[in-house]
Amino acid sequence: MLLLKNCMVKDEIVDVGIDGKTIVAIGKGLEAEGAAVVEVGGKTLLPAFVDMHTHLREPGYEYKEDIASGAAAAVKGGFSAIACMPNTLPICDNAAVVGYIRQRAKEVDLCKVYPVGAITKGEQGEELAEMGKMKEAGAVAVSDDGRPVERAVMMRHAIEYASDFGLPVLSHCEDKSLAEGGSVNEGYYSMLTGLKGISAASEEIMASREILLAEALNRPVHLCHISTKGTVRMVREAKARGVRVTAETCPHYFAADDSMVATFDARTKVNPPLRGLEDVAAIKAGLQDGTIDAIVTDHAPHAFDEKNVEYQLAAFGISGIETSFALSYTNLVETGLLSLEKLSELMTTNPAKILGIPYGEIKEGGLADLVVVDLGAEWIIDPADFRSKGKNTPFAGRRVHGKVLMTLVEGQIKYKEA
Amino acid sequence: MKHLLGLKDVEAAEIREILDTAVSMKKLLRQNVKKLPQLQSKSVITLFYENSTRTRVSFELAAKYMSAATVNVSASTSSVQKGETLIDTGRTLDAMKTDVVIMRHPMAGAPKLLSENVRASVINAGDGMNEHPTQALLDMFTLYEKFGTLKGLTVAIVGDVMHSRVAKSNVFGLTKMGSEVRLFSPSTLALPEIGRLGAKVMNSRADAIRDADAVMGLRIQLERQKGGLFPSLSEYNRFFGVNEEDLKGAKPGALVMHPGPVNRGVEMSGAVIDSAQSVINEQVLNGVAVRMAILFLLTRN
Repeated sequence: MLLLKNCMVKDEIVDVGIDGKTIVAIGKGLEAEGAAVVEVGGKTLLPAFVDMHTHLREPGYEYKEDIASGAAAAVKGGFSAIACMPNTLPICDNAAVVGYIRQRAKEVDLCKVYPVGAITKGEQGEELAEMGKMKEAGAVAVSDDGRPVERAVMMRHAIEYASDFGLPVLSHCEDKSLAEGGSVNEGYYSMLTGLKGISAASEEIMASREILLAEALNRPVHLCHISTKGTVRMVREAKARGVRVTAETCPHYFAADDSMVATFDARTKVNPPLRGLEDVAAIKAGLQDGTIDAIVTDHAPHAFDEKNVEYQLAAFGISGIETSFALSYTNLVETGLLSLEKLSELMTTNPAKILGIPYGEIKEGGLADLVVVDLGAEWIIDPADFRSKGKNTPFAGRRVHGKVLMTLVEGQIKYKEA
Repeated sequence: MKHLLGLKDVEAAEIREILDTAVSMKKLLRQNVKKLPQLQSKSVITLFYENSTRTRVSFELAAKYMSAATVNVSASTSSVQKGETLIDTGRTLDAMKTDVVIMRHPMAGAPKLLSENVRASVINAGDGMNEHPTQALLDMFTLYEKFGTLKGLTVAIVGDVMHSRVAKSNVFGLTKMGSEVRLFSPSTLALPEIGRLGAKVMNSRADAIRDADAVMGLRIQLERQKGGLFPSLSEYNRFFGVNEEDLKGAKPGALVMHPGPVNRGVEMSGAVIDSAQSVINEQVLNGVAVRMAILFLLTRN
């Protein structure tokens, strides 16, 4: 029995009693003999976050991140469950790699790790991966993240076949021929820096293809890390006419913009690229009106040397799992765009529902995947404090509000601020 | 000024100082004994990751005329072939007490990265599609010498604007000095956003050239045709090149300029390139004078 004393839950101070992995009591002045008591001190209790898009790099790229460091970073970020993308070495395109990841996550025993299997063997876009066997081994979705499925007919088969197993298809929307050689958003800042641009159309052409396939097949499709005004508009229109499309975005598409690339700081290099101010405004509007279902991190840790090179040579990606909540809270809730409840849906409930995985709920009988946050706490993002091996963030030095103090996974405290 | 990475962040007063200093340097170049002692105790390295004859030789002669010790490093023969990173190469050169590193690199921002990791002064001799400040300064010097001022001049730049670091540096520099810069290219080689830097992006060749004080051609690379950006060199020349008839639209005696190397009959016809109005070879001489001025100004403290 674990008793969390004085938690702020929906503007009310309550105690929360947890037995095993379940919340068994919520009320004022709860007592339980022999229970371990944790004083929360009036700080806010939320369902722990669920990240449906992260890169743990293991197996194969342990120098960037491994399951132990990634999971440690995740619980520090307030996440009880994360889904990891298959672009490892070897690619997670078979049950053996799915099983390996599950096994390592169990040994690490910090947060729940749900592998995402590849759509096609080797992410080559040629033949379907063994989705059924991967599902049996514990995969919760399929994606060729980072390597978009180029041929429409392949994607069509993937959407159909994955639906037989109830596996969501997570599409990385990028037309490679348009994006080729690009490093930054195409526009004023690509001109100013001379860095080759990646046009909004490169994302939108693929997003429109997936929407049309989902519509024609009446099957679900999920769009990864959307970043442009045009994609938001298309998803909004598609949802209005009943297409089974869902979409995610990342903190860097509403907390940053492409003016940050003017310094040639490769930590700003990410795919899709940081976009312009109109795109940022559209992403915020899409989060407000429910067009965008989830905020994910697209946590993409890289080694120091992979970013400390010419911009064009630098790896794409931002290490974001430890800053996601604070950036979201600061830029969306404090600014009055979203309520805390809505942010909680975007960071927990919706992504969990898209993947069909359990998530925390603050109610009697609810799963005790919980996070305690100090909404008033101001802090400055310093990658030196990251638990992730990836220190690559463009937000270093950024002043933010909202700090994760404690994370519980299935009733166990897996992170507590020192 | 410690480094010269681009004209984006260089002020008009600094540009004027460089141009005025280049006037004296050019006088020296016309003398029998082309030697100044200013860089006597200095070492200058040219570090070129791209092929170049004119720019590298121009810098090397500029440094030698000013008595510097010079070393040329080209990527094809250096440890870069062994996989050394730019930063490590820079630190190695730095460790040998190099005073100035002149770098050309195919990637935008590379000289800035180098400058952040070495003690030496860094001069950008062209980085990807970003900037080529010394070329723009020698272009500006050529105009300044002929017209006595840059204020109120109209300069038409015609060719592959999109991939041109020369065009961009000229836009930064010339607009700061009060010139009007007009740009013309097919849409596939245009850079519409450059209008926000104060240049005029033109839709017609005739309008771009009309009453211009100078017409500058930009090199068209054949590989752009393979990239699907235009159908053939001859079609390019007919609709987008500067030919004798086109040049008649400019002011009488307007200067014909080109950063070189030229593709005769593509961005400019041979007759235009060899016309009496052409200052293309004068630009080459001016390049040495301007680079001497820059080396002097960067190392004087």
